[in-house]
Amino acid sequence: MFKGDFIQNLPKIYGTYTGGFIVFIILMALAEQAGVSAKNIGVMFVAFTVLIYALIGYLSRTIQVDAYYVAGRQVPTVFNGMATAADWMSGASFVALAGGVYFGGYTYMAFLVGWTGGYVLVATLMAPYLRKFGCYTVPDFIGTRYGGNAVRAAAVFVLFIASFTYVTAQINATGTIASRALGIPFEAGVWVGLISILICSMLGGMRAVTWTQVAQYIVLIIAYLIPVFWISSNVGGGIFPHLMLGDEVARLGELEKQFGLVKNSAADMKAAGVPGGLKYISGTHSGVPEGGMAVWKYLSLAICMMVGTASLPHILMRYFTTPTVRAARKSVAWSLFFIFLLYSSAPMLATLSKLALMDPNLPTGIIGKSISEVQSIEWVQRWSEVKQVFIADFNGDGILQLNEWFMRGDVVVLATPEVAGLPFVISGLVFAGGMAAAMSTADGLVLAISNALSHDIYYKIINPKAETAKRLLVARVLLVIIGAAGAYIASFRLTSILGSVAWAFDFAMSGLFFPLVLGVWWKRATREGAIAGIVAGIVSGTVYLTWVFPKFSVPLWGGVNTPFLGIDHLRFGLIGAPICLVVMVVVSLMTKEPSPATQKLVDDTRIPTGKAILGKQH
Amino acid sequence: MSNKDAYWNKTKNHMIVTLVLWAFFSLVIFMFGSELNTMSFLGYPLAYYMTAQGSLLAFVIILFWTANKQEKIDEEHGFSEREDD
Repeated sequence: MFKGDFIQNLPKIYGTYTGGFIVFIILMALAEQAGVSAKNIGVMFVAFTVLIYALIGYLSRTIQVDAYYVAGRQVPTVFNGMATAADWMSGASFVALAGGVYFGGYTYMAFLVGWTGGYVLVATLMAPYLRKFGCYTVPDFIGTRYGGNAVRAAAVFVLFIASFTYVTAQINATGTIASRALGIPFEAGVWVGLISILICSMLGGMRAVTWTQVAQYIVLIIAYLIPVFWISSNVGGGIFPHLMLGDEVARLGELEKQFGLVKNSAADMKAAGVPGGLKYISGTHSGVPEGGMAVWKYLSLAICMMVGTASLPHILMRYFTTPTVRAARKSVAWSLFFIFLLYSSAPMLATLSKLALMDPNLPTGIIGKSISEVQSIEWVQRWSEVKQVFIADFNGDGILQLNEWFMRGDVVVLATPEVAGLPFVISGLVFAGGMAAAMSTADGLVLAISNALSHDIYYKIINPKAETAKRLLVARVLLVIIGAAGAYIASFRLTSILGSVAWAFDFAMSGLFFPLVLGVWWKRATREGAIAGIVAGIVSGTVYLTWVFPKFSVPLWGGVNTPFLGIDHLRFGLIGAPICLVVMVVVSLMTKEPSPATQKLVDDTRIPTGKAILGKQH
Repeated sequence: MSNKDAYWNKTKNHMIVTLVLWAFFSLVIFMFGSELNTMSFLGYPLAYYMTAQGSLLAFVIILFWTANKQEKIDEEHGFSEREDD
């Protein structure tokens, strides 16, 4: 199956797979009718899909270096787009994005623009040139373009910080979903998640990750879109919510006025015992906040996420796997198309879910009803037990107000099907989708880190004479170690300390964006400039983060500091990246211009045709 | 000017045009969020629509357009790859 004309057969293979998955969903729906418990359906959904991924991972095993690192550079454009979309959309995107829009409204949606707009930078500034270069990893490009082990090691260091910040959050999400779906403790869920991730990546490296990611994309997009369309038609939003929710958005605005947007004081919330991580609606859904600072907050977040996207190694390395430079460019466009399908649906899901809870004219509405009545609703009871929703009667009138209803963001995706009266089979499907999203991103990240360590640190710096078998053994051992380290940290639930996924973007943009861009677009950039830029960028960004983030600044700086120009801990890349640029340009101009050989190398990188800079196997 | 230099100049200009479009849809329109929100599109307030869907769609279209345009530049200068490369 995986030999000979496998590539030509891809549409057939994944078409059959998609059909098989839909048949499986129908079987589960029939099982639900026949009286199989909701819990068992959830278990079967997760177990079945994970087994399929493991099978694909096993069938894609390889003993060749270029297959392990870059999937043999034969991944067709559209399929690479799907794999990138799965690589990109994390467990957080899947379960938390709609929740973010639900609570944050317009302001939060700067993330949506940031996490999509970045692909324009990837396509114009980076992907085609890195593909032409023929590198195996992102530090491989930086190390070869600028020359020398120091710059290579500096790039690996930034890659490690950015990707590791991200991967613990992903393994955490895998663990959460596995534990809920399988009914096992969170700590066990984390290790189940890790084993699933490793089975998909260890034997076949990039090749196995590519083909499992395509399979995971298909599951996650089906699992996201079916509920959105179904809920929409159930709550009267129309059959195509993306184009038809104008009235609903306007209605939300009226309801916000009617109920009033009240800010709770921290003391009130503490006294009522609101569990941590639960939020309430205090901002408008579609309204734009007034004032220059609000505009700057929106733009600065979007900039950080866009530039960070274009610097994240686990995304850039997906474009090393296409057959040609031209295919790499097209593949970026397809990636964003597949991402768009989910991202444009998240605000619609948030709108529908908010309306279902807020509109007193709908049978599902709870705001404005008596609290005892709301507490007797089945789904409210179920989610209250696990502390995912909470009611606090601040004014003691026995009526649920908008500011008295607390909910975790994930609940929007995980519970809305139930709220809108969809059968449980849909909730099982959503679990499988969340698992696919978290696993595919974790796979890509763990592989990005271990590939950089095995190729750039072990093979290029420590032991350049290592044989293929030994290189691949080292790569696999590192993969297991990195995965286990991520799972170990995730199992302590330290993520609130490790901080936000957004940090990964800020770290990456602080240390990698300008060295990558200038490596292609500015021949005068020198090795010394690159080293100085990477170090200055990552150090200044990190120091600023410790200064501005209260959990770090209290012990390290002796107090809470007001963010400089509104640049808070989500946006610290705006400090790191400009410093990286200035230092890199100044030091480059002060040092001797790169040798003619290096300049020729840059010239060759800019032309799609001709031999790659680095050989097929290197 | 050699063919390579001419090719690179065209590519550079194309890159700048693409980034101007990108900046328009990602940054410029959101500088005027509250003004745009008084207009409506498909029944949605315009700024809300752009951040929820419009700009995202614009990026997808920009990417397909820019890849096709760049392929034409490749062809013009004889740097088009063969499929079996």
